[in-house]
Amino acid sequence: MPSGTAARVALSTALLVAAIGAQFAVLAPLRLPAATPDLVLLVALALALAYGPTAGVVIGFSAGLALDLAPPADHPVGQWAMVLCLVGYLAGLAREDAAQSVIVAIGAVAFCAAAANVLYAGVGALLGDPRVTWSGLAGALPAAVLYDVLLTPFVVPGIGALTRGRDPTPAPWRP
Amino acid sequence: MNRDSARTRVVLALLLLTSFTLVTLDFRGRDDGPLNGLRGAAAAIFGPVETATAAVVRPIRGFVDDVRGFGEADDELARLRAENAELRGELRTSELARARAAELDKLLGLAGRGQYKVLPARVVAVGTEQGFEWTATIDAGSGDGIKPDMTVLNGDGLVGRVKRVGPTTATILLAVDPTSSVGARLERSLQIGVVTGRGKRALTLELLDPQTRVRKGDRLVTFGSQGSTPFVPGVPIGAVADVQQTPGALTRTATVAPYVSFTALDLVGVVVEPPREDPRDAVLPPRPRGSQ
Repeated sequence: MPSGTAARVALSTALLVAAIGAQFAVLAPLRLPAATPDLVLLVALALALAYGPTAGVVIGFSAGLALDLAPPADHPVGQWAMVLCLVGYLAGLAREDAAQSVIVAIGAVAFCAAAANVLYAGVGALLGDPRVTWSGLAGALPAAVLYDVLLTPFVVPGIGALTRGRDPTPAPWRP
Repeated sequence: MNRDSARTRVVLALLLLTSFTLVTLDFRGRDDGPLNGLRGAAAAIFGPVETATAAVVRPIRGFVDDVRGFGEADDELARLRAENAELRGELRTSELARARAAELDKLLGLAGRGQYKVLPARVVAVGTEQGFEWTATIDAGSGDGIKPDMTVLNGDGLVGRVKRVGPTTATILLAVDPTSSVGARLERSLQIGVVTGRGKRALTLELLDPQTRVRKGDRLVTFGSQGSTPFVPGVPIGAVADVQQTPGALTRTATVAPYVSFTALDLVGVVVEPPREDPRDAVLPPRPRGSQ
């Protein structure tokens, strides 16, 4: 496992850093109607779908922490990390079924994207963040999930292929 | 066998607990909390990544149109088309440069009228709508002399204030963010109020004196904070779009349409030195033929 782990960590880190740059410097400034595609979330989900639940938790946590710390962010550190490690775990659980069928993979992404945005807003509301309003969430959520699902065929299979290409022993995750 | 194990659940519980602890720590100590060192380190890494990504995609947007519908015919035609696309690209680049120069002119014009010393910077990244954050990253940081709580403006008016500073980038809290509030003064009067963000493109004005006469079209400038931090005086904010009549309320509220288009920010100026005296209403553009 050790040599495989190093390659996985390197690949995941590179993909997540690139996704942060693309989400905030390319996609968000486009100001698409109602929301922005959650590219970082998608990359984390794709990696969780490829590597399984344990890796999904760790990757989700790291991706969330990056979202909490990367420049335009202005919320308590840990808010996205908390949400994405849970969502990464859920996506990891769907790994085998998602490998069998595209529909399951897309369904998993849609569910996780919706759950992540709702949980993030929920934690914000619990902390008394004046920015979070239910009408704001209701306006952004459908668009965000739609964009994420539309991007899934471009992101998830590509990352799946990358993870298999890098790993000499592909499917089974040996703890 | 690789579905779910006790170990996975232990890792999940540990990391959930860690993030919960982080949120608690950061929520308590907000701006001078122990996690700001971590924020600075992250800004040092992700700031340049965002700046580089923005620089790469900026020229591509117009060029995409030229490349589209390109080249199945014979070699000569393809060569001519390529040359044409190249020339058109060059033309567009100079158009882009001209538009940028015009924007800079406008910014410097506003800064000159207010006697603000500004440092121009570009917006390289913005927050997302489902993150509920109206914030932006600019490509200038502590190395350029930027400090927290400096006023940020562009050629149209007030953009916001500097919230955090990294080595090469800074985070701006835009005036439309619900956590932003700015002291404002009505044009040609001493009436003051507070302008709070409402997301997207609206602001709310709350006047401290409920007897104040406000009308649609009244213009607002910043009142100026103590020591000019975070806001220097005299920066145009917007015009009153709608006045709410709430009988018995302790304050009077109005909706304000900001001058700045917050969904299309590019060139901004950070006020690095406040004016020696309050410019009053001098920064507002002249009224289009004496209305009022």
